[in-house]
Amino acid sequence: MDFDDTPQEAAFRAKARAWLEQHAKPRDPNAIAPNLLGERESADVIQKAKDWQATKFDAGWACLTWPKEYGGQGLGRLEAVVWGQEEGKFETPPNIYGIGHGMLGPTLMAHGSEEQKQKYIREMARGQVVWCQLFSEPDAGSDLAGLRTSAVKDGGDWVLNGQKIWSTGAHFCDWGMIVTRTDPNAAKHAGLTYFIVDMHAKGVEVRPIKQINGGSGFNEVFFTDVRVPDANRLGAVGDGWRVAITTLMNERVAIGAGGGAGRYRDLIKLAQETRRNGRPAIEDSAVRQKLADFYIQSKGLQFTSYRTLSALSRGATPGPEGAIGKAVGAPMGQEMAHFALELQGAMGAVADAAIAPQDAVWQEMYLGTPGLRIAGGTDEILKNIIAERVLRLPPEIRVDKDRPFREIPTGSVK
Amino acid sequence: MNLEFSEDQKFVQHTAREFLTKNAGLDVCRKVLETKDATHDPGLWKGVAEMGWLGAAVPEAHGGAGLGHLELVLIAEEIGRALAPIPFASSVALCTEAILQFGSEAQKQKWLPRLAAGEAIGTFALAEGPGDADVASLATRFASGRLTGTKLPVLDGEAAGLAVVVAQGERGPVLALLDLSAKGVTRTRVESFDPSHSLARLELRDAGAELLGGADGGAERVATLLDRAAVVIGFEQLGGATRALEITREFALGRYAFGRPIASFQALKHRLADLYAKIEIARSNGYYAAWALSSGNDELALAACSFRAAASDAFESAAQEMIQIHGGVGFTWEYDCHLFYRRARWLAASIGTASSWRDLLITRLVARQGQGGGDAHAE
Ligand SMILES: Cc1cc2nc3c(=O)[nH]c(=O)nc-3n(C[C@H](O)[C@H](O)[C@H](O)COP(=O)(O)OP(=O)(O)OC[C@H]3O[C@@H](n4cnc5c(N)ncnc54)[C@H](O)[C@@H]3O)c2cc1C
Repeated sequence: MDFDDTPQEAAFRAKARAWLEQHAKPRDPNAIAPNLLGERESADVIQKAKDWQATKFDAGWACLTWPKEYGGQGLGRLEAVVWGQEEGKFETPPNIYGIGHGMLGPTLMAHGSEEQKQKYIREMARGQVVWCQLFSEPDAGSDLAGLRTSAVKDGGDWVLNGQKIWSTGAHFCDWGMIVTRTDPNAAKHAGLTYFIVDMHAKGVEVRPIKQINGGSGFNEVFFTDVRVPDANRLGAVGDGWRVAITTLMNERVAIGAGGGAGRYRDLIKLAQETRRNGRPAIEDSAVRQKLADFYIQSKGLQFTSYRTLSALSRGATPGPEGAIGKAVGAPMGQEMAHFALELQGAMGAVADAAIAPQDAVWQEMYLGTPGLRIAGGTDEILKNIIAERVLRLPPEIRVDKDRPFREIPTGSVK
Repeated sequence: MNLEFSEDQKFVQHTAREFLTKNAGLDVCRKVLETKDATHDPGLWKGVAEMGWLGAAVPEAHGGAGLGHLELVLIAEEIGRALAPIPFASSVALCTEAILQFGSEAQKQKWLPRLAAGEAIGTFALAEGPGDADVASLATRFASGRLTGTKLPVLDGEAAGLAVVVAQGERGPVLALLDLSAKGVTRTRVESFDPSHSLARLELRDAGAELLGGADGGAERVATLLDRAAVVIGFEQLGGATRALEITREFALGRYAFGRPIASFQALKHRLADLYAKIEIARSNGYYAAWALSSGNDELALAACSFRAAASDAFESAAQEMIQIHGGVGFTWEYDCHLFYRRARWLAASIGTASSWRDLLITRLVARQGQGGGDAHAE
């Protein structure tokens, strides 16, 4: 067992650092970690992100683990970690490719035809076109297989009708991966089919939704008689659930700790700068206990993901264990933000970045982290996954499993 | 980076599990617990010594097996899984380790082979009553080769024949090696929270002892020793926690209520999932700490604190959930839950509570941040 770089990893790290030093500005290690939730949507930020991705791709630093034939570098997952650690030390635009590169790319590689792979993967890696995930619907979130957006075959095309919701980035994306219902008479999971859809196609309408933090990162997407060629089908007709599972499995690995990990340094600084009972808060034992818990959880999550990567780099496939990262990390992020606001006292009510402690980063995080506990599977769904797939406890009782989809009751308060 | 144990190390672990499954069922722990005056299981102790585990990290030249600390922590985890009623942590992780790190060649020659063979049982005497022990203000004195004072409680104190005693020397705290059969040592039995391990009070009146390490730097030596022991004992805790979860899971699958296995109720599923996550978070911290311990990395100072706190919390949570999920039978003497509950608390109290380690963690983190030192494994 060794947490240090192997000689190859060390050489790779040096090479990565040398390139980064030439192409980006080092981050001040004492600066407060930026919170980017708010500014992601601006056209300017998107363009900067695209430029950075192209620069990386052209120099051979993009999608490191993907096969070379599709524009990747054919490297191992641990090298990707090393790259991530180094890139994190530089000021770079926000990553708008989490969904595409983390989840949709691997899905294409697993289920796409050779023609589809050639057509989309390299282009996806270079990042001039951006991809979104069109899974959730107003009546089908956690219960994803309950979705109703329909696809009906018409000649060589499929015609899509329905609505998706909470689609991150759909307003600046060019392609989407969508799960649709192609057979309402089949049982719930059996009647689904997966497609690649052109977000600029006729009949696709994207309406940004305003979030609780004031940003508009996600959208409603309406489909009215949208024609999708059969060549854009990923996997067999009726096999969409299996394809979607690949996306979801990769989602668990891609999302990782989500939220708080790595923030403890800022939190310690805040505890040194704020006072409680007339003394620096860092001297208060209740504060120290909490800080220690956050550190322990953050490091535990980081090393848990390294353990997973260690196993994956030796050829294992991503398993349900990946659910831990988000199940623990997302609520921890919210708790950390809450604790930071507690430390701020009355100033915890101030969201003005010009005067709030640490540039209101924690206020933003407090408003952003509830979304992280829901996106990519809620806390509850992730705990079900750990209980059922890791600990092998009995599955939830399902009353809808063997009935034709048409007959299953649904409901939501509108 | 490679976070997996080697094949050889896994083999050591496998052998340990096999041996303990055969020779240390939970009935062995229960027997010591229920036998008045028993301090440990001598047969198991002898067997474990013959396997070479007591000297796993002791060089062959000093009578050990010459393995390393990665092997030692894996053995500790198995000892923890079995709730083995033997003074492993006290003798191996504390006393043997102290002599290994700080002993003179003569002390090593004299004690290490006997400790590795299990002929001598060692322990560590720091605490002097309630509260977290403060090395800087101990009342026990060491002067001119003589110890005077009271140590309470001393873990495995009734089983041990040799103790590493922390005392106030002429120029600050020191470590002293004390033969417990020496004149001036009065040992009294103290009722143990986990009677599968013994506890004692030591009254020392001019008892002859030897310095272990120099007359200066004792506080740092104690800190180093505790960091090192925390990793090994943490793995014992991890083993106990994991086993408690496994047994509880089995029980929940077999126990029916309202026409269903109770393991199918989401409230219980989520609690078991939470517990699993807590144990895995502790385990990941443990791997980091074990690596730092075995490679002599400076990260040990932080990693030992994190892991020790996480492992104590994980084992205690696991034991608490174990009783709750077993329901009424979980609260009976006959079921094994209380063996875990007792051991978890006993180990948590053994070398500083989880909260004291968390406090130390922050002290060390702040010091490092103050020096502008980064995090060797920043995300
Ligand atoms: C910021 C953000 C970004 C997102 N981005 C995308 C995206 O890009 N693409 C996309 O397709 N979707 C996206 N989503 C949608 C997300 O996947 C869903 O919101 C999520 O799966 C929950 O579904 P829901 O909102 O319908 O809530 P519901 O499923 O209605 O859940 C409501 C509550 O019921 C609980 N619940 C539901 N089922 C169970 C159960 N079996 N056991 C216990 N509790 C249960 C949930 O945990 C939750 O607390 C995003 C969401 C957010 C917040």
